[in-house]
Amino acid sequence: MASYATTDHHDDHDHKPTGFFERWFMSTNHKDIGTLYLVFSLVMFLIGGAMALVIRAELFQPGLQLVHPDFFNSMTTVHALVMIFGAVMPAFVGLANWMIPMMVGAPDMALPRMNNWSFWIMPFAFALLLSTLFMDGGAPAGGWTLYPPLSIQGGNNVAFVIFAVHMMGISSIMGAINIIATILNMRAPGMDLLKMPVFVWTWLITAFLLIAVMPVLAGAVTMLLTDKFFGTSFFSAAGGGDPVMFQHIFWFFGHPEVYIMILPAFGIVSEIIPTFSRKPLFGYQAMVYATASIAFLSFIVWAHHMFTVGMPLGGQLFFMYATMLIAVPTGVKVFNWVATMWRGSMTFETPMLFAVGFVILFTIGGFSGLMLAIVPADFQYHDTYFVVAHFHYVLVTGAIFSIMAAVYYWLPKWTGRMYNETLGKWHFWLSTITVNVLFFPQHFLGLAGMPRRIPDYNPAFADFNMISSVGGFAFGITQLLFVWILIDCCWLKRGAKATQGVWESAKGLEWTLPSPAPYHSFTTPPKIDDRMLAHGDVTH
Amino acid sequence: MGQATATSGVYYVPHGSVWPIVGSVALFFLMSGAAALLNGASGMGALKFWLGFAILTFMLFGWFGAVIKESQQGLYNSQVDVSFRMGMVWFIFSEVMFFAAFFGALYYARIFSVPWLGGEGDGFSTNHLLHQGYEAAWPTNGPGSLGGYFETIPAWGIPLLNTLILLVSGLTITLAHWALKVGKRGALIFWMSATIVLGIIFLYWQAYEYIHAYRDLGLTLGSGIYGSTFFMLTGFHGLHVTLGTIMLIVILFRCIAGHFTKDNHFAFEAVAWYWHFVDVVWLGLFVFVYVL
Repeated sequence: MASYATTDHHDDHDHKPTGFFERWFMSTNHKDIGTLYLVFSLVMFLIGGAMALVIRAELFQPGLQLVHPDFFNSMTTVHALVMIFGAVMPAFVGLANWMIPMMVGAPDMALPRMNNWSFWIMPFAFALLLSTLFMDGGAPAGGWTLYPPLSIQGGNNVAFVIFAVHMMGISSIMGAINIIATILNMRAPGMDLLKMPVFVWTWLITAFLLIAVMPVLAGAVTMLLTDKFFGTSFFSAAGGGDPVMFQHIFWFFGHPEVYIMILPAFGIVSEIIPTFSRKPLFGYQAMVYATASIAFLSFIVWAHHMFTVGMPLGGQLFFMYATMLIAVPTGVKVFNWVATMWRGSMTFETPMLFAVGFVILFTIGGFSGLMLAIVPADFQYHDTYFVVAHFHYVLVTGAIFSIMAAVYYWLPKWTGRMYNETLGKWHFWLSTITVNVLFFPQHFLGLAGMPRRIPDYNPAFADFNMISSVGGFAFGITQLLFVWILIDCCWLKRGAKATQGVWESAKGLEWTLPSPAPYHSFTTPPKIDDRMLAHGDVTH
Repeated sequence: MGQATATSGVYYVPHGSVWPIVGSVALFFLMSGAAALLNGASGMGALKFWLGFAILTFMLFGWFGAVIKESQQGLYNSQVDVSFRMGMVWFIFSEVMFFAAFFGALYYARIFSVPWLGGEGDGFSTNHLLHQGYEAAWPTNGPGSLGGYFETIPAWGIPLLNTLILLVSGLTITLAHWALKVGKRGALIFWMSATIVLGIIFLYWQAYEYIHAYRDLGLTLGSGIYGSTFFMLTGFHGLHVTLGTIMLIVILFRCIAGHFTKDNHFAFEAVAWYWHFVDVVWLGLFVFVYVL
């Protein structure tokens, strides 16, 4: 190890580490780690997407067509785990890594080495999870929610899945701690909490949710592990336990988890809409308080996932009303986005298209969520394709669309090059049309009674399933266009050089840095001027 | 290993480090080895598990060693110190939530699932049709009497003693902190050692109690929901006390090596917070697992 000078230590070199291993495996740089997260997330998105296509191919026609039913069940299970823990969450963490230091005026994350570890646990965790596909007995097939007793009746995969979930949890918790420490400790002087960009606010709250609930998931799966291998009976009635108890513990994690996957999306959309409406964000403080309210409520609504297990009436009523209450802060957000656009001089570049698409389509998912919150109605909808349609509207046209929007919005800042706008628009329109062809018919299927997680169905459901599958393949192929746009921009560098501001009226600290942004974001704290923030001067 | 990169006057960004990726490889071997062992694999599983364990230990020494060295060289400014503090506080919060899952299971079993099995509330027909004759009570090993007859450990013997031991250890570590702050080196080492000894005594009694439970009382992990919650809660707590004791020992060595000054001893404080945390968890355990 080289000898250190003890005091004066600023060799303010902007140069990147030279060796490949040193740069990508030993990194302490928020941008490189952010890139790793985003690339990993894209790979997982494609793997999880391929699994979804297996599902849609099997469901193209009634009857057992292509795959063994058990493999079909594995596909639904692993598709969900991969998309949730491998695609959506790492994508948001990647965006947080790239943007938060730039947005708060910091040189890097607060704990850069831990940041690197947070990322590098993920590929190993997913190696563990995906290795179960090749095991005797196959991958887990009891659904991503891992309900016992079914989940622990699996073969060799059980222990592997549980340990993979443990590793993902460790990664998420460390990532979240890092984000909180960065936001609370690394802000430039003058970047008061209530001046932070909404994306930073939503991530601060998301990180809190992550630290609060990932350990609960770890506890829940640990109980599964000991029930299977060490003779405990947490979830066995014979020993005085209760399988429903797992559902309570799981969803105490699971419902905040839902908001972990959507709050950063709210933040992204709140950054993009003001830029392309050329107006400050409407109701900045209301946005912040709404986010906090949603986060609080997310802790007291979990049992709406399990209305049909036979809960006491009081519990059903409480969880129904608490769930419906979430519509209030969410409505505040939707109205604020609309009010931001109101009478703005709007243009519709690709990020804005995805953001507006988000607002409309996420709201559809929100409304079907309200329907599901009604206890007697949920008795009918529970475990049908209506639920599948609902959460794909909030996760695909919600979370994924916001990630797409964010990538298009900040890509020029990251690479210094514009992406191909024509192809970007094609990507948006094709995605939006096909995703609705894919998921909208599933509402009808669910209302008509088609259960989820079943490889075969009544021929009465054939037409809508066929339409849905066509939409699914079209949506999947459309995403290859996205991959091409990324290659075209990042690798082939065929786009025009991006300016510092990139967009005509983009505001926020990240746009005061050159494009591409320098390796270390702000080596000295920038001066904060309210007029350059996306929500304008919030002091009055 | 390259140079420490303080990007500019005001900020400190550490140089790259090989330890995170080493830690990931360690976790991979550890976890896949453990899974293989649970699935009944013999040689390879154990090999992977212990290899992972060895790499993890190596990584912890390497990573903490590097950080201690940099700290001793004065590379860390007060902003880094605050980041470390926040990291530790939120880590402890995550630990609290981990225990919350198991406490939640205990409360759920006692308030809901056991009474329902006994026929209360909505559980009338379940009890009538499936578990006739089962009466809800606590402690219980369920309608199946899993694990057979067992007795519980009375709260007012060893558990009370252990409560006092941990409470006193909270006091001794505070005295050690005081000694560190006023620069009384001898007192610091004495009170740190006392804390460690108390931690080890606690663990000794805990192990004694476990052996007693398994050998004489018939109380095991398999004793239905009581055994499950009892051993998982006290077991995870004991694991945390073990880790805390190891951390205290490391800190004692660092005290002896003179790493800490009156104003600059974050590692000491972090471990003290952690120790108080296991102390508080134990108080919860004492009340809800042993007394009530």
